[in-house]
Amino acid sequence: MKKNSGKSFKKTRLKYEEYFFRWVMFLSNYIIALILGFIIYTILKTGIPALSLEMITETPKGGFYFGKEGGVLNAIIGSLYLGLGSTFLAFVVGLPVALFMNTWLMNKKRTVNLVRFILDLLWGVPSIVYGAFGFTLMVLLGLKASLLAGIIVIALLILPIMIRGIDEGLKNIPKGLYEASYSLGSTKSETAFKVMMKQTMPCIITAVLLSFGRAIGDTAAVLFTTGFTDNIPTSLSQPTATLPLAIFFQLSSPIPEVKQRAYAAAVILTAIILVISILSRVFTYRYKKHSIKF
Amino acid sequence: MISLFSIQRMIPGRVKADRFNRTWMFAWLLVIVVLPLAIAFGLIWKSSLLFEDHSLIEMIVSSEWKTLSGKFGFLPFIISSLWVTFLALIFAGPVCLFSAIYLTFYAKAIVLKMMQPVIDILAGIPSVIYGVWGVVAIVPIVSKYVAPVFGVQTSGYTILTGAVVLAVMIIPFILNIIIEILNTIPKELSEASLSLGAGKWYTVKQVVLRKAFPGVVSAMGLGLSRAFGETIAVLMVVGNVVHIPKGIFQPGYPLPALIANNYGEMMSIPQYDSALMFSALLLLTIVLVFNLVSRFMIIRYEEKFR
Amino acid sequence: METTHFSSSLLEDKNEADASIQNKETTYFYRKKVDGANQETERNKGEASKIEVRGLNLKIKNKVILNDINVKIPRNKITIILGPSGCGKTTLMKSMNRLTELYPEMNVKGEIFIDGEEILNSRRDVTEIRKQMGLLSQRPYPLPMSIYKNVAYGLKISGRLKKRFLDKRVEHYLRQASLWNEVKDRLRDPASGLSIGQQQRLCLARGLAVDPDIILADEPTSALDPISSQEIEKKFVELKNNYTIVMVTHILRQAARIADYVVFMYLGEVIEQGPANEFFNNPKTEITKAYLKGSIN
Repeated sequence: MKKNSGKSFKKTRLKYEEYFFRWVMFLSNYIIALILGFIIYTILKTGIPALSLEMITETPKGGFYFGKEGGVLNAIIGSLYLGLGSTFLAFVVGLPVALFMNTWLMNKKRTVNLVRFILDLLWGVPSIVYGAFGFTLMVLLGLKASLLAGIIVIALLILPIMIRGIDEGLKNIPKGLYEASYSLGSTKSETAFKVMMKQTMPCIITAVLLSFGRAIGDTAAVLFTTGFTDNIPTSLSQPTATLPLAIFFQLSSPIPEVKQRAYAAAVILTAIILVISILSRVFTYRYKKHSIKF
Repeated sequence: MISLFSIQRMIPGRVKADRFNRTWMFAWLLVIVVLPLAIAFGLIWKSSLLFEDHSLIEMIVSSEWKTLSGKFGFLPFIISSLWVTFLALIFAGPVCLFSAIYLTFYAKAIVLKMMQPVIDILAGIPSVIYGVWGVVAIVPIVSKYVAPVFGVQTSGYTILTGAVVLAVMIIPFILNIIIEILNTIPKELSEASLSLGAGKWYTVKQVVLRKAFPGVVSAMGLGLSRAFGETIAVLMVVGNVVHIPKGIFQPGYPLPALIANNYGEMMSIPQYDSALMFSALLLLTIVLVFNLVSRFMIIRYEEKFR
Repeated sequence: METTHFSSSLLEDKNEADASIQNKETTYFYRKKVDGANQETERNKGEASKIEVRGLNLKIKNKVILNDINVKIPRNKITIILGPSGCGKTTLMKSMNRLTELYPEMNVKGEIFIDGEEILNSRRDVTEIRKQMGLLSQRPYPLPMSIYKNVAYGLKISGRLKKRFLDKRVEHYLRQASLWNEVKDRLRDPASGLSIGQQQRLCLARGLAVDPDIILADEPTSALDPISSQEIEKKFVELKNNYTIVMVTHILRQAARIADYVVFMYLGEVIEQGPANEFFNNPKTEITKAYLKGSIN
């Protein structure tokens, strides 16, 4: 009798435990969604009043830290230059490397896994370390803080994301497709650049967009390397402003009008990131049509 | 057979191009593989100046930071970093774990489909935006509502604020890895437990979590290393006062913030420059060690299920 | 046999040839191939078999997959490699166009001759060797591009071609694979949109477009529905006049339907080989008899 009641007690305890943890899990999950909402709400609430046509069509007047007039056009253009430049550079280096790993090194699983491991480690390196390293490199090469230096450092920063993103797609291509291509007499280059590249197009697009998002949003690595200026750069050797830097510098200003610029820049940057996220979904969907499903 | 249409023109150029491609692609691969070494050597080389009259132990144990008189004690920064990082993990860890369990075992497929963009966007938001959010939203909350509950007066720029912001930043990162880890566990395993009449949570607790434990720990490790290197967002909300923090309502000064904050001035004093590069090296070492251990654990964990 | 095909293709291509008197490329191919054809017939007179495998051994680590294989595959016939699954049929076929190189764990030793020329240890560029053979795999692997480009792919990597010429070729090979009527209105659509049976025929057209002498088919009907399977079989019987076809299967009935020559394998060894009639009606070994009765699977 006693035994029996103990058993049922355990059963009810388990039932309450199940109930309790189900709620904890439910809350944990939706808290994450709520936080995202909170962040976006905060950014919009402070930023939308600060947004105006002037903000996105003019450069700051009278110095970015003290001048009350003008907008953040310099940072928008600078960020686009930097993002496009570094993404392009990383793509040009990253795509061949990813293809190489999966085509030429197909039979060398251990080597490829080692490379993947190194890339994952590189991905974990904090961007401030890239900044410090980039700065050292810059001094060594005699470069000044400039758009070019920023592009190089950011390209290094996003290279692991780019390669691993493309690599994830290539990894899952079955051997049968390689066999099909080789049996038609293609060389490895042709297999890689004509067949595999196309097959993994959705992954490439995602990787490029992801890298671009990372490139345009990074602050710590460009803090050392791009300098900051009120002007729009006209050549690679000039310093440039970027949106994250504009936010970072101007937010700490004691002048409210300058702070407004930071808030506005934050809205613009967030919007860009959101657009990228949506685009990557759309593109992935669209480019899937040529890929053969397995 | 013989066909009229055959186009069997030999094109040695194709083969030559193939060989050429192999060469330059291999070279690029080499460059990338060597990159971490290059970063490490670059930083070691730049920080070597500091070692001329400071020993490693001395710098790590000392808390005296007077750049003008050449005293570089890194202890305050290391302690601050540890405070912020571990606190962030304490906040983010359980949330991620429970949420991941919910998404993989409890929720309907559509919930996961809805959450995926949320996680992706959280992961994609630049750290400076998190910083703005921290300054505008979290700092006032901490100073007005949280601190008074504990009877503390503060500006809101505290370790706690930094940790909260950091926790949110690493949530998508840890969450994604844990979901992946939980998905590697064979469905048959939990089905076996369920078919024996065990409840869902009981199954998760006794079977799934036990199996996934090493994976979950390494996910936390990766999150920790990510948090450790995070710079801008933390820097913006953590206060940046050089001292050894004694509570979560005091300001701190983490290692990455030290580098980021002083990059302009350092050029004038060579030893200062060197000290900042040394802190970058320190950061790199700590992050890499955490990463290395966690990734090895994950790899071994995944091999077990293959 | 060869002559008939010759003239028919001439007829089919008459307009094309007329129109492209200016097209040096075409005339070049035309002339070259005729010369080459003569040479080839000359050379082949002495050779009875198209493919000859001599002393082929294949190991994965220490496990023997193929043990001392000696096979002669006759020209312009359908040769079926028959045997229960896991006996090394596919591996034998893949070593014929050196796709075994994709599997580093495989250790291949021995010789394979095609038209009397050794290919396994040959210094010749492997892509040229592979072009002599079209491959149909267990399930179709269309390339991730349009239907048109799938067929044009092989032509294009062989050299730059005029679009009009290319169009003709693509149509021709699609017709050969009896796919033209089904896809002529949607040549630019992705190949992934075709049904699986159509995809397999597209792979056949694609393989033929490289102009091989040999078609290697690895259980090409195993993923297809009965009707598509039949179409492929029918196609093979038509094509055997001009191609040497090697097909792997474990379906006895399929082998009986279309085989001219049978190579029977069991546990990595060739047990028996010979003309289909003889093989099915008068098997020599006990294992073969057991297999034909259905007691080995």
